[in-house]
Amino acid sequence: MSIFVNKNTKVLVQGITGNEGSFHTRQCLAYGTRIVAGVTPGKGGQKMDGIPVFNTVATAVKETGADASLIFVPPPFGADAIMEAADAGVSLIVAITEGIPILDMVKVKNFLSSKKCRLIGPNCPGIITPEECKIGIMPGMIHKKGHVGVVSRSGTLTYEVVDQLTKEGLGQSTCIGIGGDPVNGTNFIDVLSAFEADPETHGMVMVGEIGGSAEEEAAAYIQAHVTKPVVGFIAGLTAPPGRRMGHAGAIISGSSGTGEAKIKAFKENGIHVCENLGRIGQICKEIF
Amino acid sequence: MKIHEYQAKQLFAQYQVPVPDGRPAVTVAEAVTAAEELGGYPVVVKAQIHAGGRGKGGGVKLAHSAEEVEALAKQMLGMTLKTHQTGPEGRLVKKLFIEAGQKIEKELYLSLLMDRATATVVIMASRDGGMDIEEVAAKTPERIIKVHVDPLMGIQGYQLRQVGFDLELPKAAMKGFSSLLSHLYKFFVANDCSLVEINPLILTADDQVMALDAKVDFDSNALFRHKDLLALRDLDEEDPMEVEASTYNLNYINLDGNVGNIVNGAGLAMATMDIIKNAGASPANFMDVGGGASAEQVENAFRIILADPKVKAVLINIFGGILRCDVFAKGVVEAAKKTGVTVPVVVRMEGTNVEQGRQILADSDLNLTSATDLADAAQKIAAAVN
Repeated sequence: MSIFVNKNTKVLVQGITGNEGSFHTRQCLAYGTRIVAGVTPGKGGQKMDGIPVFNTVATAVKETGADASLIFVPPPFGADAIMEAADAGVSLIVAITEGIPILDMVKVKNFLSSKKCRLIGPNCPGIITPEECKIGIMPGMIHKKGHVGVVSRSGTLTYEVVDQLTKEGLGQSTCIGIGGDPVNGTNFIDVLSAFEADPETHGMVMVGEIGGSAEEEAAAYIQAHVTKPVVGFIAGLTAPPGRRMGHAGAIISGSSGTGEAKIKAFKENGIHVCENLGRIGQICKEIF
Repeated sequence: MKIHEYQAKQLFAQYQVPVPDGRPAVTVAEAVTAAEELGGYPVVVKAQIHAGGRGKGGGVKLAHSAEEVEALAKQMLGMTLKTHQTGPEGRLVKKLFIEAGQKIEKELYLSLLMDRATATVVIMASRDGGMDIEEVAAKTPERIIKVHVDPLMGIQGYQLRQVGFDLELPKAAMKGFSSLLSHLYKFFVANDCSLVEINPLILTADDQVMALDAKVDFDSNALFRHKDLLALRDLDEEDPMEVEASTYNLNYINLDGNVGNIVNGAGLAMATMDIIKNAGASPANFMDVGGGASAEQVENAFRIILADPKVKAVLINIFGGILRCDVFAKGVVEAAKKTGVTVPVVVRMEGTNVEQGRQILADSDLNLTSATDLADAAQKIAAAVN
């Protein structure tokens, strides 16, 4: 088992004919993901490596039965692409696009509240159930099937964590990057509750960073609802206040969003805190 | 993207948000002319820098005559203004704003910002204007009024009334306040603001409300649809190295330590800074070359870091996924050859094509130290500077 995606997930790619879209579509295909369709408005009828391209998501879903979408469109069109997928009945939307205006995401989030679908991202590496399905841009070869669930706000930092886990012999059930934007779809709590319910997941790693209060809220949730062990890491303890550290959401505003407050919340809620990224693999090995 | 108070007020005026009459000035003569044009004293002479706390730092002063304006303008133009937001180095004052003085009955606080948790625009207001709002929120949270606006519906009449009544405004000021807040909301949404703060918002003796200060921050990701706003960017207010890095799409922030670092991905870059600190050294910067950076970007990143005189050693930490290690290594070698490396460089690479990457570095005749993992990298970089 795993969460949200598995070997049966049928994926369509929005922006499949672009540079990034075509490159990562090939990477996902090579990993074994069932990519059944692509969407690029105006290029309907073409094929990309044998994959049929459609003008709209609605047609792609109707013709291929795709139930997940991977989005690579440029930021000005990101919100539109997410809403198009949701309206077409896609149940899982993974938005890789970085730089979607926050006001657009605020509208998308409210739009999605009346739809039955899950959005992962934007500005995220995506989701992978090792050896079954990769919907995203993460390097597949560092992952290994197993029982640790990983959830993170970051991309390469997640790869670092996963790599250490795999080297310690700890495989993963599913790894999800929820994205570095201040307003996103799936949050920590959504993922943690799914991991808790998944019999194949025996422990979880949660990788947070400065900015906002999602980690604090997740910590309280863990105390109340999660019985499996959780290892937590926070990036950005040395970040200066008021500066946006790359990710749109990674900013300490006044006294809120500091790394110290997040670590404190982790410790108070029974989460095993890793203070040194270089040791996160070993720490997980000891705990799981 | 931040803008100056005088720019924010010009925009406010366009959106029918009442502001006092005022003029910007970059010379003493302009300041005096501006004051005369306002047609009466007192006037307020305000230093224009992108940081709060200007009043306490001596950057906002009242003048009762043209002579006083002249003296204040002489004093302020070219001064280094230090506030709690500028850091100890302060900020050079190059522009002034000369504004008509107001008869203040009451100082209030009003702001609009994006609320991450609820994905709404939140209106924050308080009767305790002119004070540090974080302090008010911490000590007397009941004195903060919060109203969430559904972004699909926009601001409603009852919400305008709710904020107005909670602020305990006199009846005669209510209509003016509702108009101000509804126009401010329009301004916020129409320009993709991430923050609009008026502190203080004043109530005058004749029951008018107006913005005595104005702080505006725009969502940088939305500037593609607001080309007009780009003209308001003041590069003097930004670190020149950060400006240069931004032209190459590099996320760079200048810090005060001595270990330069280059990392791919923002999360890993933050974690790398933390590792440097843990090892007993201090990061000179935050540098994220992006999850999928090109060799050219790496080269530019390396050059910018090496140009920083406080950098005594450089730690390169790359997790090659999209960015392959061999591509990255080529970028480092190119940059090192062009710029010349005068400080110790520790390289830690992991991921796709890592063996080829390491080979390229080893064959380069450059004085690079390889680290096997993060812990090793931290130790080696700390040893290099301590």
